[in-house]
Amino acid sequence: MDPRILTAATVVIGVPAALLGYIWLVERIVGLAPEKRQASLRPWLWILPALFLLGFFLVYPTIATVIRSFQDKSAAANFIGFANYQFFFSAADTLVALRNSFIWLVLLTVFVVFGGLVTAVLFDRVRYEPVAKALLFLPLAISFVGAGVIWKFMFDYELAGKPQIGTLNGLLQGVGVQPAAFLINAPGNTIWLIIVGAWIWTGFAMVILSAALKGISPEILEAARVDGATELEVFRRITLPLLSPTIAVVATTMIITALKAFDIVYVMTSGNFDTNIMALDMYHQLFDFAQPGRAAAVATILVLLIIPVMFVNIRRFQAQEAIR
Amino acid sequence: MTAPARAVAAPAAISAGRRGPRVDRVALHIAIVLIIIAWLLPTLGMLVNSFRPAADVSATGWWTALSPTAQFTTDNYVHIFNQANLGNSFLNSLFITVPATVIPVAIAAFAAYAFAWMSFPGRNLLFVIVVGLLVVPLQATIVPVLNVFRTVGITGSSSSLAQTLPFLGIWLAHTGYGLPFAVYLLRNYMGGLPREVFESAAIDGAGPATAFFRLALPMSVPAIAALTIFQFLFVWNDLFVAIVYIGATNGTHLPLTATLANLTNSLGGDWQYLMAAAFISMALPLVVFFAFQRYFVRGITGGAVKG
Repeated sequence: MDPRILTAATVVIGVPAALLGYIWLVERIVGLAPEKRQASLRPWLWILPALFLLGFFLVYPTIATVIRSFQDKSAAANFIGFANYQFFFSAADTLVALRNSFIWLVLLTVFVVFGGLVTAVLFDRVRYEPVAKALLFLPLAISFVGAGVIWKFMFDYELAGKPQIGTLNGLLQGVGVQPAAFLINAPGNTIWLIIVGAWIWTGFAMVILSAALKGISPEILEAARVDGATELEVFRRITLPLLSPTIAVVATTMIITALKAFDIVYVMTSGNFDTNIMALDMYHQLFDFAQPGRAAAVATILVLLIIPVMFVNIRRFQAQEAIR
Repeated sequence: MTAPARAVAAPAAISAGRRGPRVDRVALHIAIVLIIIAWLLPTLGMLVNSFRPAADVSATGWWTALSPTAQFTTDNYVHIFNQANLGNSFLNSLFITVPATVIPVAIAAFAAYAFAWMSFPGRNLLFVIVVGLLVVPLQATIVPVLNVFRTVGITGSSSSLAQTLPFLGIWLAHTGYGLPFAVYLLRNYMGGLPREVFESAAIDGAGPATAFFRLALPMSVPAIAALTIFQFLFVWNDLFVAIVYIGATNGTHLPLTATLANLTNSLGGDWQYLMAAAFISMALPLVVFFAFQRYFVRGITGGAVKG
């Protein structure tokens, strides 16, 4: 029998049955408990699967990774202090990855916030806004791998004299400029890769900022215009400050996205030509160099960089809860 | 207000309203159209080339195919579909994505209902932890999880469990990674449902399970739909989790994204095949996106802005 039939049966029948069966079982178990205990027992059983999976896939491994980062690559995993970190902060390759991740963090955030803001404000003023938004938003629906293939072709470079079939070099040739090897020449190549990321994420920022923009009362803007403010002044003095909490949300999301970035670089350059970034370096350390300790050190540094964002998110959540 | 000139100018600005003077309007339309063209150009070029004969693709740019004499073919799609066994990858993607969407949405719905409508000690603290877990990088979790998977036999070529249910590991992994956002989104939505509905149901003698299946779930359909589409696209488009838990070289069980990533390395200059493969991998997400765009957008704004 084709093993895929078993998989399909599991997918279609087994999984839903297990999920519904769980709640049925929980209610039977709760029913056995004395009446008084039921109300305190039930919630724990309802959240148990979620708590177990969150604990197993996020909490436990993050702690274990931090510990692993202080151990060597042997199966015995001997403790070696900060040697893995020393390696990370001294080897040329990993330092390039650290530098590039920083460039990603800054530029991706700037490109996406700026692009999202400009498009949200412009699109807000025309009647075909929904169509324009959907088209700008489209790249978010396709995979980063697919986007990588699309842009690899955009950046395609043939030796001078051969026909340039890549879109950008075709354009350059059309206006009589020498074709450029976009993905090979560092450090510009990292910026081209970030542009691919911005192409994907700008639609995300636009949708969120546009929703916030529509929440601003038109009376406030109209009052400012009556008072003689120009459109630019209205935007700078009123719209922008009112949007700033939303801009902060988008920016923090992009910071995390930039730190976790992996697929685009993996597909387009594999980290060659000085385009390596931390998440990809971690992958190479783990699977290509068999260095789980060093990989864990890279991951731990990622976690440390993300912790401030985590606290910002929690604070923002608590502030929202307070006004609920 | 001191300058009289400004006061005089104001009425004109009002009559033009939000729309502004005519020249500005034209500039606005041109700017928007240019942005949209720039955004579509990469995909358009690729779509055109995926339908061109191999000899044309390597000889001339895709824009030359806009002339009336250009030739088109579906050979590239047929060739790559058979050669790279994309049908199998497509099935794998489905086998991975459907459970990896259904399981986290269901488990998150149970948890979200408990967080929103049952009281228990530590409820707020636990939920704050969920919010904190939203940003944990997956990279920090894979080494220990892989170790446990190997020990238990969820992955590994010698394990019979891994032979019968090759995708169990990746289903669970996607569930774990998707849960923080899922619980967060659904709890915030369910918490906003009217209290009276649940109170009167309880007075009528409905138990929590009944209230969950008959009231909370149907009333949360918009949020559940948004989350389902979000998680579906996330899993379908994922590369990292797939190559980590299945293995980049495990050809029989790889989803489309991983197969496409491998083709990118092996096909090199054969653009026409690579592009056809890329479009096969994008077909389903694009259909889902256009069919359920409204829910997708709501999922994003609901998750990020207020919840």
